[in-house]
Order: sequence, then C-alpha cells, then structure tokens
Amino acid sequence: METLIPILAAAVRSGTPILYATLGEIVTEKAGIMNIGLEGIMLMGALTGFSATLSTGRPWLGLSAAFAVGACLGLIHAFLSVTLGSNQVVCGLAMTMFGGGASALMGRNQVGMTIKGMAPLDIPVLSELPILGRVFFSQDIMVYISFILVFFLVFFLRCTRPGMDLRAVGDNPRAADAMGLPVARIRCTYAILGAGLVALGGAYMSVVYNKFWAESMTAGRGWIAVAMVIFAVWNPMRAALGAYLFGGVDAFQLRLQAAGTSVPTPLLMMLPYILTILVLVFISIGKGRKISLSAPSALGVPFYREERD
Amino acid sequence: MKFRAEKRIDAPVWMNVVVTLLFVSFAFVAGGLFLYTQGVPPLSAYWIILRSSFGSGYDLSETVVKALPLAMVSIAVMLCYTMLIWNIGAEGQALLGALAAAAVVRYFPAESRVAMLSLMAVAAAVAGGVWAGIAGFLRVKWNVNEIITTLMLNYIAIRLLEFFIYGPWRDPSSLGFPMTKPFIDSARLPTLWGTRVHMGLFALLVLAVVMEVIMRKTRWGYEIRVMGDNSRAASYAGMNYFRGVVGVMFLSGAIAGFTGMCEVAGLQGRIQAGFSAQYGYTAIIVAWLSHLSPALSLFVAFLMSSLLVGGAALQIEMGLPLASAAIFQGLILFFVLGGEFFLNYSVRLDLGPAKGPDAHEKYAGGGG
Amino acid sequence: MTEGRGAVPLVEMRGITKRFSGVTANRDVNFSVEAGEVHALLGENGAGKSTLMNILYGLYRPDEGRIFLDGKPVIFRTPRDAIAAGIGMVHQHFMLVHTHTVWENMILGVKDTPFVLPKKKIINRIAEISGHYGLQIDPSAMVWQLSTGEQQRVALLQMLYRNVRVLILDEPTAVLTPQESVRLFETIRRMSGEGHGVVFISHKMREVMSETHKVTALRRGENAGTVATSETTEEALAEMMMGRKVTLDVNRSRLNAGKTLFEVRNIRVLGDRGVEAVSEVSFSIKQNEILGLAGVAGNGQQELCEALVGLRPLLSGEIKMNGCRMEGSSPRRFIREGIYYIPSDRKGVGMASGMDIVSNSIIKKYWSKPVGHGAFIDWRNSAACAKRIIEDFDVSAPSLHTPVRNLSGGNLQKLLMGRELSEAPKVLIVMHPTWGLDVSATRYVREQLLAARENGSATLLISEDLDELLALSDRLAVMFKGKFMGLLDDPASVPTEKIGLLMAGAPVEAA
Repeated sequence: METLIPILAAAVRSGTPILYATLGEIVTEKAGIMNIGLEGIMLMGALTGFSATLSTGRPWLGLSAAFAVGACLGLIHAFLSVTLGSNQVVCGLAMTMFGGGASALMGRNQVGMTIKGMAPLDIPVLSELPILGRVFFSQDIMVYISFILVFFLVFFLRCTRPGMDLRAVGDNPRAADAMGLPVARIRCTYAILGAGLVALGGAYMSVVYNKFWAESMTAGRGWIAVAMVIFAVWNPMRAALGAYLFGGVDAFQLRLQAAGTSVPTPLLMMLPYILTILVLVFISIGKGRKISLSAPSALGVPFYREERD
Repeated sequence: MKFRAEKRIDAPVWMNVVVTLLFVSFAFVAGGLFLYTQGVPPLSAYWIILRSSFGSGYDLSETVVKALPLAMVSIAVMLCYTMLIWNIGAEGQALLGALAAAAVVRYFPAESRVAMLSLMAVAAAVAGGVWAGIAGFLRVKWNVNEIITTLMLNYIAIRLLEFFIYGPWRDPSSLGFPMTKPFIDSARLPTLWGTRVHMGLFALLVLAVVMEVIMRKTRWGYEIRVMGDNSRAASYAGMNYFRGVVGVMFLSGAIAGFTGMCEVAGLQGRIQAGFSAQYGYTAIIVAWLSHLSPALSLFVAFLMSSLLVGGAALQIEMGLPLASAAIFQGLILFFVLGGEFFLNYSVRLDLGPAKGPDAHEKYAGGGG
Repeated sequence: MTEGRGAVPLVEMRGITKRFSGVTANRDVNFSVEAGEVHALLGENGAGKSTLMNILYGLYRPDEGRIFLDGKPVIFRTPRDAIAAGIGMVHQHFMLVHTHTVWENMILGVKDTPFVLPKKKIINRIAEISGHYGLQIDPSAMVWQLSTGEQQRVALLQMLYRNVRVLILDEPTAVLTPQESVRLFETIRRMSGEGHGVVFISHKMREVMSETHKVTALRRGENAGTVATSETTEEALAEMMMGRKVTLDVNRSRLNAGKTLFEVRNIRVLGDRGVEAVSEVSFSIKQNEILGLAGVAGNGQQELCEALVGLRPLLSGEIKMNGCRMEGSSPRRFIREGIYYIPSDRKGVGMASGMDIVSNSIIKKYWSKPVGHGAFIDWRNSAACAKRIIEDFDVSAPSLHTPVRNLSGGNLQKLLMGRELSEAPKVLIVMHPTWGLDVSATRYVREQLLAARENGSATLLISEDLDELLALSDRLAVMFKGKFMGLLDDPASVPTEKIGLLMAGAPVEAA
C-alpha cells in the first residue's frame, strides 16, 4: 500500500491536465460544437502559462493568461464554426497545427528554463484521511479547483437554467431558437469558455506539473481528452474517472522507466495510447447505445435559422 | 444596417479560384503580422522561403522531393475524406510502411532490384493498409471514432519505430546514433537527373491518374462518392458500407505505407530518428485545398512543399523552430475555411427596412 | 360562436413580403387575428402559410411589411420578442428538445426563470394549466418517450405556460388520430372562449368548415381572400385556394388480384433505441393489389419498411418473396428480387442529395448492364437512363447535372418514384408518398401508384392520410405500437371512426 499511494497521488496530478481539457471539451460539445483542436490549444495554454509565470513570478497570473489565450482560440473556433458554419473537423485540425507551430515559435527562447511552480497545500482534516487524504487532498490548488469544477459542472448542467439552455442548443438548436434562445450566442460562449478550460489544462502541465516548457510537451494529451469525452459519455464525473485512469497509467510507466525495467522505454510510452484505443473500443461496444443517446444530437452541425430543407 | 447571407446555388469555378487565392494571401498577411510580433522580420522570412524553395535548380528539385510524399499521402487521405471518414493517421501508416520495407530488407534481402523493391512495396502497402484498416474496422463495427483511433495509432507507430531503431535494428557501427544499417543497393530507388528526386515521382504520376479514373469512371468510385454523400442512401441502394469503409481505409493506408517505403528507399536508404517530417498532417491541408481532386493535389503539394523547404531554411538561417511552418499551415486552413463561407453564401450589406433596434447587430447565422 | 370579439385586431400583418434565395414565399400579404377568433389559414403545400406564420412568430424577418399588435407597430427580431408580445406557435415538427424532460421543455427560454431551476414550482404550474385545458401529461417524462399526440400536448402547454394571447397551430391534426383531433378542438374552443386568438393552419376543408370563424386562403404566396366561415362553402374555398378546380379523385379500376407474391410472417424488429418496434406482424400482398397501412407516425412503420427491404435485421419471423425465404439477405438481393422501396425521407434516405440527377438515377442499377460495364460505369448510358426517367415522369430540372438537393419537393419525389417505378417493381413499398406535395403533384403520384398496381405490382402503402389510403387501397391494415390492429378487406365501407379507434390502439372487438 505504501508504495501504491505515491503512484495514486501522481496519477491524480498527471491526470489533472487531461481532466481540465476533457471538462472544457464536454462544455463545448454539449453546446453542439466539436473542437478537436485541443492539442493545439493545450500547447498554447502551456506556453502562455509558462512564460507569464516566468516573467511575473506569479503562477496565478500565468494560469489566468493561459485561460485568456485559450478563450481567444475558442473565439476563433466559434467564429469559424458557428458564424461561418465551417467544417468543424478541419477547423480543429487547423487549430492543432496553428497551436503547435505558434507555441514552438513563441517559446523558442524559453526552452530549458524552469520556474518554481505551485506549492502543494494540504487540506486540514481531509488530508489526514487514510489513503484518500494523501491521494486527493495533499495536492496543489489547481487539483482542488478541478474537483470543485467537476461537481459544479454536474450541478450546472443538470439543475440550472443556463445549463439547460446549453444542453438545448446542443441537442436541438432549432427548438431552442424557436423558444427564443439566442443559439449562436450561447454556442459561442461555451465554445470560448470550454477552450479556456482546455488551455488551463495545458498550463497546468507547464506551470505546476513539469515546471518547464518544451515543444509539443502535451504529447497527445489533447487527443486523449477528445477520446475521454466519449469515454465519459459527456458526464463530468466519468471524465474525472477517465482522466485519473490515464494519469495512473502515465505515472506507472514513468515509475517503471525510472526503476530501470527491462521493457524498452518506447514500448512503455506506447501504453497510454494503446489504452486510449482499448478504452474507446470497450466503451463503444458496451455502451454504444448510451453514447448515441447521450451525444448532443446536433454535435458538429451548424445551425442557420432561415435554411429550409 | 446589417449583413445578410444568402445561400448560393453554385459558385462558378473562377470564383473558387479567386476566393481561395485571396484568402490564402490573407493567411500570409496574418502570418506575417504574427512573425512580426515575435521579432521575426516577415518580409525577409518570406524571401528566405521563396529563395530556398525556388532559388535554383537544385532548390527546385528539393521542393519536388518534399512534394512527392505530400502529394501521395494527400491522395491517400482524400479517398477517405470523400467518404467522410477522417483518416488523420497517414503519418503512422507511412511509418509502418517504412518499417515493413526495412524489415523486408533486413530479413529477405534479394539481389534483384525489381524483386527487392516489389517485395518492399507490397510489404509496406500491406502494413500501412492494415494499420489504417484497424481504425476503419473499429469505426464501422462498433462506431469507434476514427479520428481518435487513427491519431493514437500515429503515436503508437512513432514509438514502435523508436523501439526498433533504438533496439533490435540499431546499426552497431552507427556510433550510438539511432538508425538502421544502410539498405543494400538493390533496395534503393534510383534517383533521376543527378538530384535527389527518385523514381517515386513516376509512381506518383501513375497513382494520380489511376485514382482520378477510379473516382470518376468506376463502379467502386461511384460507390465511394455515394457513401460519402449519404451513407443511408448508400445502404438503401444495397451498397455495403462496412466493406466500403474498411476497403477505403485499407487502400488509403496502403498508399500512405507505400509513400513511407518510397521515402526510405528513395532518400535516406535507412530508417533513422525523426525520419518523417510530419507529412501526414500537412497532406491533410493539401487534400482539403485541392478540393479532394488527385490531379489538383500535385500542384497544391508542390506549393505546400515550398513552405516546408522554406521552414527548414528558416531554421538554419534565422534559428526558428522547424515547427514554425505549421503556423502557416494552420492559418491557411483557417482562412480557406473562412473563405468557403463566401463561396457558399453571397453576403451583402442590407440597408433594408429593419432599422433602429438592430442597427448594430451583425447577422450571425440567424442566431442574432 | 362569434360573440365577444373586439374591433381592433389583436394582431395584424400588413403588406408582408418574404423572399428566400430568389424565391418569393410571401408577396404583399395582409392578415389579422381578433380576440376570441379561430382563424383558419388555408393553402396548398408551398403556398407560404408556414412562412407567413414564422414571420409572425419572429423566426423569419420580412423583407417588406409591418406587424401591428393592438394597433401599435412592433418588430419581432427573434421568437423571444414574439413570445414576450404574447404570440406563440406550435410547429408541425414540434420544437421540443427530445433529451429533456417535459418540465424542462416547458421553461425553455422563459425569461424570468431563476438560475437554479425551481422544479417543484414548475411542475405545480404545469399541473394547474394542464388541468385547466384538459391536457394531461407526466411532467417528469423524457420527451422522446412520448407518443406524437402527447408531444403535441407538451408543445401546446409550452405556449400556454408563456401566457400567449395568440396561438398559431401549424397543421396540428396531421399527426393525430381522429379522436385525438376532437380533443384538440375542445382545447381550441376553450382557448378562444377565453379571448385568445387562434390561427389554425390546415388544408383539410372539413376541419376548417366546422371549427373556425374566419378563413384566409393563400395562393402562391399571396392572399387570395379572407371570408367568414359561415358565409362560404368548401367548394368556394377550394377554388380560392387553388385558383382553379382541381380534384384529388383518382380512378381505381376494379382488378382481380393475382397470386400471392410477398408474405410476411410473425416478424419482430428492434428500433434504434433498443426496444421492439415491430412485434409479431404478419400479412401478405398479392399481385395487382395495394395494401394500405394506416397509423399515426412513430408506431413502427419506419422500422417495418426497413425490415421488409433488408435494411434492418429481424429478431424473428419470415419474409417470403414468391415462396423464397428472404430474411437475412443483403439489401441488394431484395432489390434484385424486384422489391423496391420509396422511403418517406426522400433527401435523407432516398437520394444522395449532393450528387446530380444522373448519379441518383442509376443508384439501384449501376452494377448491371447497360449502366455498369465490368468494373466501370458507362456514363453515357446512365445519362440516357436519367433522361428517360425525367421525360417519363415529368420531372422538371434545369439539367441532368443539377444536384438533386436543388430540386423542389414535388420534382424530387417524381424523380424518386420514377427511378423505382421504371424498374417495373414486383413488390413496391411506399411510405408517405404525397407528404408535403402540392395538389397536382399529389394527384400525379397517386395515379402512378395505381398504374403500377395495374402493371402487376404488389404494393404496401404506408400513409398518415386516411383519405389517401381509402382512395388507393384494396385492403387496409392499421398499425399501433408495433402491432397490426386489424386487416380490413373492404376499407371504403368501414366508418372512419372505427379506423380511428384502431389507430388509437382499441382492440378490434371494441372497434
């Protein structure tokens, strides 16, 4: 058990970036917008977060800046896919390329530098709990915020008026429009906020988790988050489960590498990707019907009021 | 005053060309501004790109060398996109093809060049085809999202390649560099005109013609287009969507795999770390910009390749990361996507009767 | 029924013009509704009724013209404005979010809803309103679980919840059984009695004559006249609406049915949501025979059709064509055996609508000569084949290479019918063949179906339009919740009420 706890705690930490990105994508997709450019947005978030922290010395500012940059990228995606009705898959690919390239260029002089990052913060009482305390409650503030965010989103989507509006524009924009909801505005809002959360996930990697910046440092986590949304059947609670599962595999393979196992490193590094495929296949076989029922019905479909079919 | 958008029935060809070119140039303006904010003088950067890719006969030949795999892979992926199957894993499929070719060279070396190269081509095509076919199968069998599976298979392919060149296939005489032994002579594609342009060029031309014929003239091409337009109508007409998707994915992967083989056999003659320069992703743009036409993709690939060559020159001359070229690729896609709106809709300024309360409201897709 | 109406109309539309990509849907239309009035808006499909009402409801903006509320000019930019002004609309395709509960749909877009949804309060309010108007509904049910009739109740309640003064109903009875329609009219009378204005879009003369105070007819987007219902006749209205005398009567000749061609025994089929959509259905069709299938949409007709042409697997049961077992065969084998299918969703299933007429014409024969040529397609023969369909079936299209999506509804259906009928089908399965078509196209389609019958086709005709079924069918079956409620041998002699009861699920004895 004693050897397992650090791995589990590391699983939570290394799952947190994926969790933020997955939550952001859930919010976006619930509104009917598909943004598969998470990888690019996360990278931009990571770079922004890192360089803002580096120059101000305040991680908070770095994280906020990352959120803002993510929101700007979300705005671009929203403008193209909501206002102009572009193909959202291609738009997401463009976002991936742009984010990857721009972050590499902007961060070219910051490779190799390090920052102090955020200190862990034990939550009184809760951190004393056996096992759970050290796994979940001896972490940094961003981890705690992600916990709160998960519960808040569940509540928000199920029990609040804006949450209901959000689901309505994703499921039946025509009905939402006929009932007087400003479909385009709602969709844009959540595409922007969602992208902000995604960028926060990237910033967590550079500011809190690794404390350095490197080109393509997200290494596919954005894509894994896209997969996690399906695994989670658009439910924030399940998103947390999925994210920590991946964090676990990641932490595990890192530890094996450090311990110097005989399994070659490249094969270990394949694990998260293989797991993603397996999880996706597993969930699609087992819950195929639930996925098609829970998926926002108008996902990826632009809406124009005066278009008659 | 407000903007109104009305759907166009059909945009003429010249308009397509003009709008596309216009928006591509916007992309370069935006990219230039971005470079400027990063302390890179945009005009000299563009000059370097132009000079390095078209400056001399040799530069031009290098641009062709890089355009070859781009065009080939873009033909591979456009097959899938015609069917609305998003294969974004051509990168991994090409890597697998290269690995398979290298395996054949390693374990079944042959003296005859024809025999050796054919064997490599078949192995590469099958490997790439199976790699993509997995994703195609999962997609039609259990509706597993192919965007994610093809992408994950990319990462897996990269690790697999690393495993081999760092491990069992590493050349003992490479002084520790991760690379395989050089291929035997019979496993090399002959080069042309004393440049690095290799025989793959002819393969590409044949491929483009064959694909055009398949798409336009054959029953199979017709099926692919119907399935892509409306999969439900295709099933209704008795077409086998399952076989269609798996078949198209296999062929697409096979072409990508063959491309990978051409790259190793034509250029390096061995597999080394970082062997592929992200052709798989760039080819997606080429496919999109050439409106899914194999013939047109030859031309677009050539232009896009100049960007890659230019990117490499920027790395050497200005110390910019190689990935900077991706900024332009992303921007070009963004702007061309935006430009398509103006092809599908005619937009005009409306000074009509509805004045007053909605004066400053922009017509945003009917949603206000 | 005319007491208590004021002089100033509740709402008035003046000089409304609306164009869509060059097509004028409404031209200089005047229209008004008074308090306590049930005002019928009559017109053929495509006459511009729905467009006019969507303008009043704020969904579309008029290119010209103004709207007055209680005599004061207003501008509705969105439905939110219209609802706030007391105007509500129940669309033909209800504007409901299927994955939401009934109560969530009720408050969708209601402005002063608190941040956290007060579920209890909302449910109480729904109970209050639904009690008052006699519209019973379970507020916690998910909308997709409800029948079409129940969904309409939700859509009505949705508007009543918003306290609208003018309620627009777009062809509300099209999806109801005759009995459900009677209940709907009770609700409508109640509303008009309380001073609401009701606009009732329809093309069913009988309802218009018995249930409304005033009628406005639209013809090709223009107002063809407004009259008091009590001062007009069905014939006068029909002429007003069409500008000429067109009847829908078709001649069904007496034919002796041939041998049994198509047999279905005890088939069970799953629907998309995993519940049994068709249970234990059996029937057979003979040559030269049309078997009509009545029933409210969503009772398993779609799934049945798909099963009958091999597009949906059977859980159990048999399908026999000419005595040969067909179940488990590929859809292509069904086509090769001469079983052709005209789906209700013409663009979504019947056509690859982004492709041109030629490509769509050969979709069921591209594999055989003269269109297929080994691995290749002979495009010259394909074009000839498309041209034949266009000429024989009177399709008007700019060219053979026009994308099918640019064809009008009537021409699209003619092309689809032509493609299937030109193959001389042995068995023809037709779903909602005249849905959304104007009178002349409807008549044409019906004549073609009868012609196919004379040429020996065994036809299964699925429709929601009882008049159509009675005019065309030799025998009639009624479907309810996946089951056949009865097979009537001489449908024309059976009273409509009885068929209505069967459609609502009453057992045969009671009916």
